[in-house]
Amino acid sequence: MDLEYSAEHEAFRGRVQEFLKGWPLTGAESKLPMEEQEAIFRKRGIEAGFVYRSVPKAYGGSEQPRDAIADRIIQEEFYKVGAPRDLLTQGAGMLVPTLLEFGTEAQKERYIPPALTGEERWCQGYSEPGSGSDLASLQCQARLDGDEWVLNGQKIWTSSAQRAHMMFGLFRTEPDAKKHDGISYLLVPMDRPGIEVRPLKEMAGGHEFNEVFFTDARIPAGNIVGQRGQGWQVSRATLVHERNLIGNPFMMREAFSDLLALARSRTRDGRPAIEDPGIRRRLAEIEGYVQTCELSNMRQFTAANRGEMLKVMRPMMMNKVFSTDTMQRIARCAYDLLEGDGVLAPLEEELDKWGRTASPTGWVLQYMFSLGPAIAGGATNIQLNIIGERGYGLPRDLRRTS
Amino acid sequence: MDFGLSEEQELLQETVRGFAQNECPTTRLRELFDAGTGHDPALWSGLVEMGIAGLIVPEEQGGAGMELLDLALVAELLGEFAVPGPFLGHSLAALGVTLVADPAQREAILPGLADGSQIATVALQESAFGFAPGEWTAKIEGDRVSGTKAIVPSAGQADRFLVGLQGGRLAWVDAKGEGVRIEPVEGVDRTRPISTVHFAGAPASLLGGDEASAWRLLDAASVLLAADAFGAASKLIDLDVAYSLSREQFGQPIAQFQAIKHTIARIATDIEPARALFWYAAHAWDHLPEESARAASVAKAHLTDRAMDAARQSVELHGGYGFTWECEVQMWFKRIMFDRSCLGTPDRHRERTAELGGY
Repeated sequence: MDLEYSAEHEAFRGRVQEFLKGWPLTGAESKLPMEEQEAIFRKRGIEAGFVYRSVPKAYGGSEQPRDAIADRIIQEEFYKVGAPRDLLTQGAGMLVPTLLEFGTEAQKERYIPPALTGEERWCQGYSEPGSGSDLASLQCQARLDGDEWVLNGQKIWTSSAQRAHMMFGLFRTEPDAKKHDGISYLLVPMDRPGIEVRPLKEMAGGHEFNEVFFTDARIPAGNIVGQRGQGWQVSRATLVHERNLIGNPFMMREAFSDLLALARSRTRDGRPAIEDPGIRRRLAEIEGYVQTCELSNMRQFTAANRGEMLKVMRPMMMNKVFSTDTMQRIARCAYDLLEGDGVLAPLEEELDKWGRTASPTGWVLQYMFSLGPAIAGGATNIQLNIIGERGYGLPRDLRRTS
Repeated sequence: MDFGLSEEQELLQETVRGFAQNECPTTRLRELFDAGTGHDPALWSGLVEMGIAGLIVPEEQGGAGMELLDLALVAELLGEFAVPGPFLGHSLAALGVTLVADPAQREAILPGLADGSQIATVALQESAFGFAPGEWTAKIEGDRVSGTKAIVPSAGQADRFLVGLQGGRLAWVDAKGEGVRIEPVEGVDRTRPISTVHFAGAPASLLGGDEASAWRLLDAASVLLAADAFGAASKLIDLDVAYSLSREQFGQPIAQFQAIKHTIARIATDIEPARALFWYAAHAWDHLPEESARAASVAKAHLTDRAMDAARQSVELHGGYGFTWECEVQMWFKRIMFDRSCLGTPDRHRERTAELGGY
């Protein structure tokens, strides 16, 4: 055990910090819309070898040798100054690794570069009204007609579909095959006739996810990744990219610091709430969870770096539940500190900031928003099944269908 | 940058695990638990032979010169097998002497602790409430110690006491000498017997120290108790899994019901990631002086509390059987009660976490 960085990595950190002096942008560039500023800086990050390190240069990445410690240093330093790094969008975060593994050469060249820059935006078409946790039961249909797929059916909970140029989605192409074997992974241009996006309003008041309806929408036959009927395996593959699973430990600490700041600014019996012994104990208990998150992350990171991931399979499969619960504890404590202000509705302009505003109404929003991660991307109830079954060898549930 | 165990540390754990599996299987543990002595000379000599008694004693004094992290890894396994005996008090006494004694005193005391020819323990806490060094009132006048100490582990087996005095100083007292009266107390954890010890002008050597060094000793205690609680809770998860696979209701193992599966998954998710807390607290004690106190209190508060939750859930999961004396769960339940309540409850350590963290 040694928590010091080597001289070589400290020097690397120095180079990253030097590079980050270029953020935020200055002069004329600082007058551009934020999205453009981020794109400019991200491009510089790629040229410097700090962004998209695992993506080949041919497709717009920086293709750096694998070095988990360097990755961590970059993550930490970029996060400190809030500089734009790899996009974590559906396109850059989900589609790109999938194409790198299963795409044809033509698909990689066509789709990866604009997904990395964000010029082409993607949404993910997985869930359907009747297929949530039991995703493989999906019914949205794609039928081959000449050199086109004809799509019919409905997707739901499709985040950012209203802004997306493209969708990667799962469609039933082999209706007679067993349920997992009848699915294909298709790439769908969202501007085709027969595709309709309808907004869903969230309980907190915002609009991020949608319903998407397909009525005889046609896309080219070549817009398939992998073989017909292989879509399930193709879609699962991104889940085994370990770096996606380890998560970002710095976010949790920041949320906890925000909570401490809130406790200093709110009062209780005429004194800062943070002086109240009960509040202090509660904050310290939450910090126990926050520190567990950070240290468990560091342990997994070390295992990845040593090539010993098998030793940390259990804590790894717990990451999502654990971080979700911890964020909920933070939000819940903040909500309690608001006392009567907890009746206020979030402000319109805060809705698209996902509760990252330190105002009372921002915390009200975060209190509601903290429920989202327990549902999205593998509900907590399902995660608990996975932990019990794959982590501890408990038998699978009795299922009506195979 | 590496937050993981070394091969030597993994080997140390394997060795202790092998020993505990052979020498302290549940059947043997049950005999000792029911007998209530909380001590088995054969078990202790086995640990001494493996070098555990002198693990953190410097090499110059005949020990292995290892670190608190190594000791905590042993504590984890002793917790997992609920191994009875004087490990906790003995280790802390040796650490305390190493921390504050002068070279001559170390030379006189430590070799006997390292080779196991003497058993020592610590007498620090004075009442249910007074665990912090600032609350210690025992006095030394000339070379004689007076005062009363509560919750002294393994006092009946000890040859020597490391006694905490007013101001955080530490003294070394012959347990069999004059002016020492040991009053056994019925403790809930029958693997680690406790006593109240009365010192009435007992001959002592003053070793030195102050409140800061006393806290440093208590931080080490927090780490060892946290590690023990982690090991005990890990054992409970194993027991829960085994029971839920073997117990059938409605024609299927109860493990197949999500109510049970999710309970186990929740317990495990509370416990397994928190292993890193005691690793870090031990490492900080060894190498990161500025982080050490807070890390120790976070680990003690969080791990013993989560382990206690796990133990309560485990009893419930075992149904009526879980509430019996016969069921194994109670032995670890009580081990965790000790870890949680001895030398500062989670509440007290959270108050300290807040204080040290500048909340």
